[in-house]
Amino acid sequence: MTSLTKPGDRKKARIDSLAEAGALSDEEGVSLWRSAWHRLRRDPVFLIGAVIIAAFVILAVIAPWIAPHDPAARLLIDQRTTQNPVPGPQPGFPLGADDAGRDMLSRLMVGARQTLIVGVLATLGGFAGGMVLGTIAGGIGGWADTIVMRIVDVMLSIPSLLMAFSLAAMFARPSQWTVILAIAIIQIPIFARLLRGSMMAQRHSDHVLAARALGVRPAPIVFRHMLPNSVGPVIVQGTLVLAVAIIDAAALSFLGLGNPDDTQPEWGQMLGRSQQYFNTHPEVAVYPAVCIIVVALGFTLMGESLREALDPKSRR
Amino acid sequence: MTIRKVAAIAGTAALALVLTSCAESQRDDGGDTGGDNAAGDNADDTNATGGDGGSAASDATLVFGAAGAPTTFDPFYASDGETFRVTRQIFQNLIGIEPGGTEAVPELATEWTSEDGLVWDFAIQEGVKFHDGTDLNAEAVCANFERWADQNEAGQSPSGAYYYGNDFGFGEDTLYKGCEATDEFTAQVTVSRVTGKFPMVLSQSSYAIHSPAAMEEYDANGIALEGDAFVFPEYAQEHPTGTGPFKFESYDNAGGTVNLVRNEDYWGEPAGVANLVFKIIADENARRQELEAGTIHGYDLPNPVDWQALKDAGNQVLIRDPFNVLYLALNPVADPQLEDPLVRQALYHALNRDQFVSTQLPEGAEVATQFMPNTVSGWNGEIAAYEYDVEKAKDLLEQAGKSDLTIELWYPSEVSRPYMPDPQRVYDQVKADWEAAGITVETITKPWAGGYIDDTQASRAPAFFLGWTGDLNSADNFLCAFFCGDDNQFGTSAYPFHGELQDAIAAADAEPDEATRTQLYEELNAKIMSPEWLPGLPLSHSPPAIVVGPNVQGMVASPLTAEDFSTVTVTE
Amino acid sequence: MLRFIVRRLLQAVLALFVLSVLLFAWLRSLPGGVVSALLGERGTPAAAAELRAQLGLDDPIFVQYWRFLERALRGDFGISNGVYRGEPAWDVFVQRLPATIELSIVAMVIALTLAIPLGYIAARRKGGWLDTGSVVFSLIGVAVPVFFLAYVLKYIFAVQLGWLPPSGRASVGINATHITNMYMLDGLMTREWDAAWDAFKHLILPAVALSSIPFAIIFRITRAAVIDVMEEDYVRTARAKGLTARTIRGRHIMRNALIPVVTIVGLQIGALLAGAVLTEKVFAYQGIGQALAIGFERRDYPVLQVLIMMAALIYIVVNLLVDIAYAVIDPRVRTK
Repeated sequence: MTSLTKPGDRKKARIDSLAEAGALSDEEGVSLWRSAWHRLRRDPVFLIGAVIIAAFVILAVIAPWIAPHDPAARLLIDQRTTQNPVPGPQPGFPLGADDAGRDMLSRLMVGARQTLIVGVLATLGGFAGGMVLGTIAGGIGGWADTIVMRIVDVMLSIPSLLMAFSLAAMFARPSQWTVILAIAIIQIPIFARLLRGSMMAQRHSDHVLAARALGVRPAPIVFRHMLPNSVGPVIVQGTLVLAVAIIDAAALSFLGLGNPDDTQPEWGQMLGRSQQYFNTHPEVAVYPAVCIIVVALGFTLMGESLREALDPKSRR
Repeated sequence: MTIRKVAAIAGTAALALVLTSCAESQRDDGGDTGGDNAAGDNADDTNATGGDGGSAASDATLVFGAAGAPTTFDPFYASDGETFRVTRQIFQNLIGIEPGGTEAVPELATEWTSEDGLVWDFAIQEGVKFHDGTDLNAEAVCANFERWADQNEAGQSPSGAYYYGNDFGFGEDTLYKGCEATDEFTAQVTVSRVTGKFPMVLSQSSYAIHSPAAMEEYDANGIALEGDAFVFPEYAQEHPTGTGPFKFESYDNAGGTVNLVRNEDYWGEPAGVANLVFKIIADENARRQELEAGTIHGYDLPNPVDWQALKDAGNQVLIRDPFNVLYLALNPVADPQLEDPLVRQALYHALNRDQFVSTQLPEGAEVATQFMPNTVSGWNGEIAAYEYDVEKAKDLLEQAGKSDLTIELWYPSEVSRPYMPDPQRVYDQVKADWEAAGITVETITKPWAGGYIDDTQASRAPAFFLGWTGDLNSADNFLCAFFCGDDNQFGTSAYPFHGELQDAIAAADAEPDEATRTQLYEELNAKIMSPEWLPGLPLSHSPPAIVVGPNVQGMVASPLTAEDFSTVTVTE
Repeated sequence: MLRFIVRRLLQAVLALFVLSVLLFAWLRSLPGGVVSALLGERGTPAAAAELRAQLGLDDPIFVQYWRFLERALRGDFGISNGVYRGEPAWDVFVQRLPATIELSIVAMVIALTLAIPLGYIAARRKGGWLDTGSVVFSLIGVAVPVFFLAYVLKYIFAVQLGWLPPSGRASVGINATHITNMYMLDGLMTREWDAAWDAFKHLILPAVALSSIPFAIIFRITRAAVIDVMEEDYVRTARAKGLTARTIRGRHIMRNALIPVVTIVGLQIGALLAGAVLTEKVFAYQGIGQALAIGFERRDYPVLQVLIMMAALIYIVVNLLVDIAYAVIDPRVRTK
């Protein structure tokens, strides 16, 4: 067992072991994926997660066509009064409306799309930032590696949610993009470390050495040979980040730091903004909360089982 | 320049009306506060709990949920409701406010008279003692007037004595000229010009009368500016000493409670409870749940969406008469398109305010026809509401050549005000209405203290929501807050009528005769709402509420949120 | 060891200085500011300008920072302008820190007492229904937004059942002596049992809500570590030597498996602080998290500066302590 002498090392070690897993040479990588797939197919945890995610993604794609109403239309606004701020279920509106008279079912369905967009863009943003830093560190090495990794270590040592709060509070005009950006930034150090570790492991692998010997320039080596081999750990981390992004978006909304424009619904925002109805109309909070919990659970189940399947240690 | 309320013209006349009303309401010996409550015009079932209060004094404790910590215990340096709610129980003013209403009534002064509107004689209530045992007399009153005027730089700041700076002002232009104790119980106050506000301003919580001895001992005027914050003197933090029915006991910072005890030597009817505790609960939901759990006896400003459920659970939701206005301000400095009155009219006709009030605001809310509620003298009953007419709005825009109008609409996030419980829902309504009239709406939202106030006050927002809760029954308190000055939030300096508006506000305030003054304000309101002026769009008056549990009696809701807790009793 | 501690402390001081510069500049670059928070709708451009000048907010940022630093070195961290107006920011921190520490400790105790035994049992029966069940349970714990869990707990146990108080730290009418400002500890120290019990009842719900994520993480780490360790040679050797199951469990498995657990506990301090912002808001609990939230809302620079700086300092110190704890648990680190 490796000796971990610094706090944070365990977090880092987890990331690093994940990086190694994907950082094998092409041939080994193929067998790794094959064996992982072999294990995953029979893993109920993975299957449950995959079914949830598949349903979620399909819903997100087709929602605008199958949603019964326009999620931004205040159809039942005339029924709203402060005595009864949330129009209840009625024909055509099986789940009733929200506090602006908009159809709850439609908002939940279309909300899947916005939720997916927030999750995916935040993850991609984190990945892109991480890739830049990771490539600089892992691709160039030496002093660049030292500097970048110092920065990454500092970022990793700050509690991520606190950092997201601070970042979100920084923007003059909160919007969907500031939420995405805040969540993306806190993921950067994790992806950077992941990619750097993966590249360091490949620097001396046969196919990279061969490419270098053939005179291939550094950039193509990184993009054509090193990055593709990091796909595994990135996917694992990506699924986990998606879950975190959806939950963090809700927390930001809850603290008033979320996207204030709610014409296009997003689950985290729906939950975060529903706090004034927790007492009298808890269903307004419970619907989006259940959606978030199920989807976050789906991503986590899938991510964890992928991690286990790809972890060289657990293959013993 | 901190003085916003411009008052220029000095005049002379007898304030006959004021004097008559004051003489009639002279307080009887023995102070029958309970009787006053029952007689209050507005004290019907909706805004007062059962029982006439002030009955048998018990050793009970009343726990009231507060939304925030008081900033100080010296109301002179405060301008927020959380502070005033506490200090009103400890202190009294020369002029009080009728329970459940907005009219001025005698409190520590039994009557006030003036020949010329400049020299005022205040007859001081006899037999009143401060909490430190010293006597209230004319000299003590004058010591308070002198203390108000004698402020250092920090005290003169808008964040120090905000109200005094506005109402009286410091330096050469000050309204205050002097105070002299002509006999033991007559204080003669001289002001430098006639204004409709004086002496009614003295009913505001900031002008509480303190014990001169205690102020001396604990350095009440020692407010200081240290670094980037104000530091309050020992007096304001630990030794507030007034004449009220409750005495200051302690403030537990960490636990978030303010503890007051009954003043056993109170000159009037003693308080109904022995201990009054304000428990600070920062979260709205938590306040409600504490009331349901029975750990507090009431809290202020319950969310309107909770009113029905609170009533169903047996609580008493006391609805105050609305004393506020929510408006949609239009600023031509931020967007020159708004200089055209046709555009402003179109924006108004496009609004479905009836739907807005019935769906978004609590029961008792009204559509506003002008920039003040109907309880303010000067409100004009003849102004008709601009009717909701989408076609007319489109026509007007076409006439103005602005059929494809695009406008920025601002609303604040992270805030809830008594006149605007949920800003986003207000915005939803206006946006939907305007879009129905073919207007393109661009949304901008900022946190209240995170740019919204800054930008709207600095004329950077073309159309935005804001409101005002009145401090006292004074039309000037509303109109001047909105329109006084060349850099006001409505950007009226870009309109041709700007000068006329400024003059009219100043003239009305300087009018000594109350009837004439009221008439001037009525005319001014009609002008402001005329199609040619229309600097902004008043939307609604929304009644704030206060809620108390089933076992609380004697609470009288006040439109000025000036509730007197001494009449309240609790049955266990 | 001493040199190691000194070096780490020096690094911490440097880090704190850099943080203070960044923090100072960042807070003042936030839109809006303390002036509009103080004046609200009563503000006019003229009044705002006057107040800005008085508060020295018009000076160049480095001049303002220099003033701040000069005073901070004398132990004066400024006066609160929003959370508690007029109160020194340092006092706000000192009053509220014990509340958050107490809450965090109870939350951590709940997380540890549940997660470690459960993690051990799950690992020993890897693949069994208990293992799968607790893994899924821990994953759900991560998937539920903390503030939502807090509301659900409050709704059930405080509002519907009325077993526990819905908010705050103490009931009105409990006349307790406060020594440390950790109310439960105070009650125990002064033998005011009713005060201790009252404080404990106020702590349960927020602590349970706050413990959900640390529980899930510690559970998974424990389970993974125990699985790792059980396959190590020295455990097999111990078993072959015929040592009792109890000795193996105590001296070999748990001792080694606890190393990563201790690290993760240190890491969770930061997570607890973030969770406290959410939990303290829901329960109107007068701790650091609430002060941070109110501070942001009212742009209370001095309070935010002290709270964030001290949070960073605590984080650094706790992690240093974790390193020392390591040395105690892991003999290999000790001999180095």
